[in-house]
Amino acid sequence: MSAPRVGFTRAAIALAARDLRLAVRRAGDTLQPLAFFLVVTTLFPLALDPQLSLLRDIAPAALWVGALLSSLLALDLLFREDAQDGALEQLALSGVPFQGLLLAKTAVHWLLTGLPLVLVAPLAVSTLGAPYGALPGILSALLLGTLALSLLGAIGAGLTMGLKRHGSLVALLVLPLAVPVLIFGARATALAIQGQPLAAPLYLLGAFAVLAATLAPWALAAAVRIGLE
Amino acid sequence: MNELTADNLQLWRGEHHVLRGVCLAVSGGECLQVTGANGAGKTTLLRALCGLTPLEDGQVRWRGGDVALDRLAFHDELSYLGHDNALKADLTAAENLRYTAALCRRVGAVEIAAALERTGVAEAADQLLRQLSAGQRRRVALARVLLKRGALWVLDEPGSNLDAHGQALLRELVAQHLQDGGTAVIATHQGLDLPGTPARCLTLQ
Amino acid sequence: MTWLWFHRFGSPPHFYRLAGRLTPWFAWPAALLCLAGLIGGLVLAPPDYQQGDGFRIIYVHAPSAWLSLMVYVVMAVSAAVGLIWRMTVAQAIAASCAAIGASFTLLALVTGSLWGRRMWGTYWEWDPRLTSELLLLFLYLGYMGLRNAIDDLGRADRASAVLAIVGVVNVPIIHYSVVWWNSLHQAPSVMKFGRPSMPPSMLIPLLLMLAGFTAYFAALLLIRARGELLRRERTARWIADALC
Repeated sequence: MSAPRVGFTRAAIALAARDLRLAVRRAGDTLQPLAFFLVVTTLFPLALDPQLSLLRDIAPAALWVGALLSSLLALDLLFREDAQDGALEQLALSGVPFQGLLLAKTAVHWLLTGLPLVLVAPLAVSTLGAPYGALPGILSALLLGTLALSLLGAIGAGLTMGLKRHGSLVALLVLPLAVPVLIFGARATALAIQGQPLAAPLYLLGAFAVLAATLAPWALAAAVRIGLE
Repeated sequence: MNELTADNLQLWRGEHHVLRGVCLAVSGGECLQVTGANGAGKTTLLRALCGLTPLEDGQVRWRGGDVALDRLAFHDELSYLGHDNALKADLTAAENLRYTAALCRRVGAVEIAAALERTGVAEAADQLLRQLSAGQRRRVALARVLLKRGALWVLDEPGSNLDAHGQALLRELVAQHLQDGGTAVIATHQGLDLPGTPARCLTLQ
Repeated sequence: MTWLWFHRFGSPPHFYRLAGRLTPWFAWPAALLCLAGLIGGLVLAPPDYQQGDGFRIIYVHAPSAWLSLMVYVVMAVSAAVGLIWRMTVAQAIAASCAAIGASFTLLALVTGSLWGRRMWGTYWEWDPRLTSELLLLFLYLGYMGLRNAIDDLGRADRASAVLAIVGVVNVPIIHYSVVWWNSLHQAPSVMKFGRPSMPPSMLIPLLLMLAGFTAYFAALLLIRARGELLRRERTARWIADALC
């Protein structure tokens, strides 16, 4: 009775394709974190004297706090619906490594909510008065930072799956763990704006992202399994 | 060959001792119907058999081997249908089936169409799931179970939301599955009248 | 052979009795050590050359900071043991640690802030150690929050165990990143209690306080763990025998 088993790659691709298709069909929900990021970063100057020199100083903070909050907001999109309609259970019962499938889901989630931040960063950066020469540095820092944030956030989302009124709990769980991203990322951005070499914080950020990628598969699978009990 | 056994399953939900030493054995071609009042633990038992809810004690064996030792192989042959249909409302019926089947084996469009035909929802193939009625969605979920071609079917109240035709369809599908040598564990509070097969029952208190 | 004691330790009735017998062996030494340390630190030790008598708060601040970290590690390790080997005793220990650790962290923050008031004139400067303590407090609060939010006790145990493990791996990284950040901005840093040049008259009371706090933690943990165990094993038969 048993049919030939499908390889993990095919299953992961099918999952990714499904998630992308769903995201396109619900474009409004998917774009919300991005809109939030733009609104938050552009609101910062309104709270200050809009002299460009001053803005330049707070630009790193505004960008990274915006990215952090936006990624928290986006976490709702990751597991909530699949947990509610039973699709997540089926992933656990698919016969394909669960860790890998969850990681694939997180990767697609990053593509939809983290990568867009990197792509619109030039907009945010220009409203914050930073020079265009700083862009490569800022974008690479955001790339690594959003990756790490997606991974950490996924762990937090997995732990709080199925809890009612869990919005602020996820923030409480994820934000302290995300402090290194905030520190290294903001520092890299500040150095980029000043035109100085930013290899050191960038490497540290990369190392942290690698650590998150190593820890996340186990923690995610454990957390989601517990949530499915 | 396709035998599922469970010895002395113990499970607590908080303070509540839900499964108190449950034992069962079902072989290929047999269907075990799990009955009991609401809250007796039918769903918990089925989920524990699948490995979704951890057991405090006891063993589940599939084809003689302990399920906990090779979960992936066990899940590869398992088709689980819970209370939820596990289908996405924003995908069409055909897209849903294409995705769920792709997780376990290579399936062509022809096979998907045939599955939809078999469960009587062929006309809904290109409609978004949210546009279908509850009964139609349940039928698509049955098509999902069919497509996986798993040897073991674990179905939790499969007949919910199904009309008389749907119930008849369900009986046919299960009977066909058993005839092909498959095993089935079905939780139902009504009892499923399967033609040609003696009813085996497990009642939970 | 060696696993025998491990499994016996993990048996709830056995642990309950053992914890009950051991508690006074930690509680009395804790009281004595702390008394000796306080006398040594507050009365006998000479005032610091730079800070005068203000430095004496170190005798409460340093042990509580050290313990706040140690309790988190104990919590994470026992949570991991409870998760992997499904031991109720380990889960009970982890659950008991949280509030104790959070209290030590709060104590370290308050004493550190008071010390800072004396030294810098403000209640808060972004001293790396204090900042790390603050983040550690958030980690504790997150752990306790997650526990509280999940109704089913078994699920709460397991989910918070995953969180504790992720946290314990991150704690050194968070601390390092904060130290790194602080070094860039050259904010004032006062907590020089790691100085190797501390004279014995100052150091010994500090070590006594450290030992006293640790013994206090052990005693408190045993008491709380017994309570947690009673709560978890409410319906078990050995409870009636143990309590009579």
